[in-house]
Amino acid sequence: MGKRVLVIEDEPNISEALRFILSRNGWRVEVTADGQAALGSLSQDPPDLLILDLMLPGVSGFDILRDLRAREDTQSLPVLMLTAKGQAADRIEAERLGVTRFMTKPFANADVLAAVHEMAQT
Amino acid sequence: MSFNLLVLTCLGYVVLLFVVASAAERAAEAGRAGWLRSPLVYTLSLSVYCTAWTFYGAVGYAARSGLEFMTIYLGPTLVFVGWWVILRKLVRIGRENRVTSIADMISARYGKSNLLGVIVTILCIMAGTPYIALQLQSIAQSFTVFVTDPAGSSLATDTTLIAFWVAAGLAFFTIAFGTRSLDANEQHPGVVTAIAVEAVVKLLALLAVGVFVVWFVATGPADILTRIDAQALPEWEIQPGRWTGLILLSAIAIICLPRMFQVTVVENTDDQHLATASWAFPVYLFLISLFVLPIAVIGMELMPAGSNPDMFVLTLPLHLGQDGLALFSFLGGFSAATSMVIVASLALATMVSNHIVVPLWLRARSARQQDTGDMRLLVLSVRRLSITLVLALGYIYYVITGGSAALAAIGLIAFVGVAQCLPALIGALYWRGASRNGAALGLVAGMLIWLYTLLLPSFGPDVFLSARLMESGLFDIAWLRPYSLFGLTTLDPLLHSLFWSLMVNVMAFCAGSILSFPSPIERVQGALFVDIFNRPGTARSWTRPIAEAEDLLPMAQRIFGLTEAQSFFRAQAKLQGKDSYLPDITPEFVEALELKLAGSVGSATAHAMLAQTVGTSIVSVDDLMAVASETAQIMEYSAQLEAKSEELSRTARQLREANEKLQTLSVQKDAFLSQISHELRTPMTSIRAFSEILMDTEGMADEERTHFAQIIHDESIRLTRLLDDLLDLSVLEHGQVQLNIAPAKLRNMIDKAISASNSVQADRKFTLHRSRDREDIEIVTDAGRLTQVFINVLSNSRKYCDAAEPQMRINVRRRGEMVEVDFVDNGSGIPRDQEALIFEKFSRLTDSLQAGGAGLGLAICREIMLNLKGDITYVPGQGGAAFRVSFPIRLQARDSAQPASADSAEAAE
Repeated sequence: MGKRVLVIEDEPNISEALRFILSRNGWRVEVTADGQAALGSLSQDPPDLLILDLMLPGVSGFDILRDLRAREDTQSLPVLMLTAKGQAADRIEAERLGVTRFMTKPFANADVLAAVHEMAQT
Repeated sequence: MSFNLLVLTCLGYVVLLFVVASAAERAAEAGRAGWLRSPLVYTLSLSVYCTAWTFYGAVGYAARSGLEFMTIYLGPTLVFVGWWVILRKLVRIGRENRVTSIADMISARYGKSNLLGVIVTILCIMAGTPYIALQLQSIAQSFTVFVTDPAGSSLATDTTLIAFWVAAGLAFFTIAFGTRSLDANEQHPGVVTAIAVEAVVKLLALLAVGVFVVWFVATGPADILTRIDAQALPEWEIQPGRWTGLILLSAIAIICLPRMFQVTVVENTDDQHLATASWAFPVYLFLISLFVLPIAVIGMELMPAGSNPDMFVLTLPLHLGQDGLALFSFLGGFSAATSMVIVASLALATMVSNHIVVPLWLRARSARQQDTGDMRLLVLSVRRLSITLVLALGYIYYVITGGSAALAAIGLIAFVGVAQCLPALIGALYWRGASRNGAALGLVAGMLIWLYTLLLPSFGPDVFLSARLMESGLFDIAWLRPYSLFGLTTLDPLLHSLFWSLMVNVMAFCAGSILSFPSPIERVQGALFVDIFNRPGTARSWTRPIAEAEDLLPMAQRIFGLTEAQSFFRAQAKLQGKDSYLPDITPEFVEALELKLAGSVGSATAHAMLAQTVGTSIVSVDDLMAVASETAQIMEYSAQLEAKSEELSRTARQLREANEKLQTLSVQKDAFLSQISHELRTPMTSIRAFSEILMDTEGMADEERTHFAQIIHDESIRLTRLLDDLLDLSVLEHGQVQLNIAPAKLRNMIDKAISASNSVQADRKFTLHRSRDREDIEIVTDAGRLTQVFINVLSNSRKYCDAAEPQMRINVRRRGEMVEVDFVDNGSGIPRDQEALIFEKFSRLTDSLQAGGAGLGLAICREIMLNLKGDITYVPGQGGAAFRVSFPIRLQARDSAQPASADSAEAAE
């Protein structure tokens, strides 16, 4: 069984693309658009990796990251943050909050795979 | 006593005066005039106040009316002792402005107005001519007293002839010493010295007669007092009202009489002299009045009944066989009369030439525009002619009235006449607000009343005013009777006239001044005069002279003569530190020149002459504003500074606000760009991801490939629409949108919008309720844009209405010139806290896929409606989402960027 990855993303087309790419490379992919709801399931059954969109309806990716890092069981969960805003200030904020990798949209599929692969190793 | 001896004595005396005057002139020219300019000479020259009328008449006055003659001395005494501050101010202003006469003073103060100069000159001539005639009469009368044998000489009996020769002789003397030059301050040391000598002679003469009467006729003061008590003098008791009036009148006269103004102000060389005069002159008046009563009493006692008490001073010594004393007394009277005539004719002639003749000549010259040579000679000739004219007038007046009783009263009548100058003069010194119009009005009104109620009636009935008019008033109106104007019958004619003329004068002066707005030059002169003691230096009225020194020199030469003008110019050049004959034309120089010219031709004329030479206008308003007194300047300056600093802080505030606005805009712009970036990158992310998948996945099922291609296709469309919306919004926001305004049916637009929005979630059942009848309105607008708004609202409802069976009601309503279209669905509507946000850009309430847009729809709708002069609003509380679109029935073209307003829609009808 491959490793589990959770994708929190509100754009259905983007999450479909991610699901396709990651599945093709042996990942078990779960997708949700509701960040708030995802937080609950994360602590019950943490995945091996989290791909997190920054701009989500109702809640910010930063809030979710901050919550995760505050909890013991998800403190070291590898998180790849994706954002379409692409501002330097966002990257700095994400790193300050303890993100593992930070990538801007649009991304090259290969880059996402490489990043995910690398993060899963450690 | 032989008549010839008398004539010889007179001639000898006049020759003595000539010698004294010439010596004084020569001493003054040689710069050795120290003693001439002493306070003593100044004080003695003031005694021109005591004329033949005072010399002879006071005794007569005392014989007729008791102590009342004292009022004539008390008034001046009061002025010199109590009000010398007025005199001091008058003297200071007079000297600083080189004032040449009272007319010049008033003219200079009220904007250098020559009109006022003319009015005052005419007034003074009217009051002064009879007065001069009175002097001629008294001299002629005094001659006849000495002639014991009426058949002795034809000359002796013909008083008219005597008067003629006296007038001619005085004219000659006055011309000789009064018009020697047009120098400096119009000061005449020769005349003044001669006057001082005459003052001593008349005082000594009167004292001699008095001492003789008290100690040689009576046995001493005690005896005299008893005799005074014994003598039943008429009206012995003092009438307070009349006394007050007469004291006031003589007090005014000492200030306003042209000859007094001449000696007090024009001939004054030093302020300090006034301090001495303030006690010395009253002493002189005391001495000269000391023996008036004794002489009157003894005269009445000893002289035969029917003797003229006006001649007691002369006849009493003669009667008692004291021929020498009588001759001395005669010389005293002669001195009193001649000194008055000389100074009065000099003062009047100065006014006539400066205010009437020279201005007329200047005007004629400027009209002809040609140069007529030596102005100096002209002015001097005019002055000489004027003196002759004034004396001729006096003589003619004397001949016409022929020693009538009218002449005896003329002294006080003249006082009332010149008193009309007082309001304008006092106003000049103390009231900044006094204006030229007010002064002219007051002077003319007072003068007319004086003429009507005093001067004209004084000639007796049927001379100027008919007996009928005197009796029943002008036009038979009783309250216009000259001696009881407005029904005032309790005062005697003199005080009656004084009361009404001054009252009307003052009222006209005040009213005229308050109601009229003074010109800038008047305000400047007013400030200069009123604040004479409160400013450091003289202010300027020539700030930008344009003339060349070469132009000014010839003009100055014409007035001062060649040598004098050149030495003045050279001295001025030296003052400026230049070693040449011509000074630079600085404001200071032009001002000095004007002042010097004013000394010769009067300030108004000098100003006009300079203005003519300097060219252009007299003084510009800008110049005058710059001249306004020191304080005013400082105040103006500090006010300017204050205004400047206020302006600066206002600018700073504006800058700060602009900066804050820019910062806000910058933040908004960043947020907007960040939003756009996000909205663009999101579809691009899908497109890139799926195109890469399509590229690097082999053996993909056709179905899957088609699906991914479809996603790429949809996202490209989304991207395009976003860009279209952005451009559309930009155009709408900047008001650059092109509207195609045309008539169209509202119903058709709604139909079109419904069919266009049907494609949105077409599978979902959506019920519409319409009233097609009410939609049947013909409107003039941009149908395409309005339909776009309808489509957007309808599509939103189809997208977001969360009811199980979505329904929409479309209501159309006319409200005046506006149409309202409400779109109400049966969903849960928009959360209250979001209502304010929905029209903002990128305000998407749900996820973007469902919305299928970037959240610009309603923002675009709002911009469209503003361009159509309408609005789109969210109407809460309708049981679902409710949007109201309102717009004018007829949209007028142009200024499409303006926000909607019902007014403009109405105005467009």
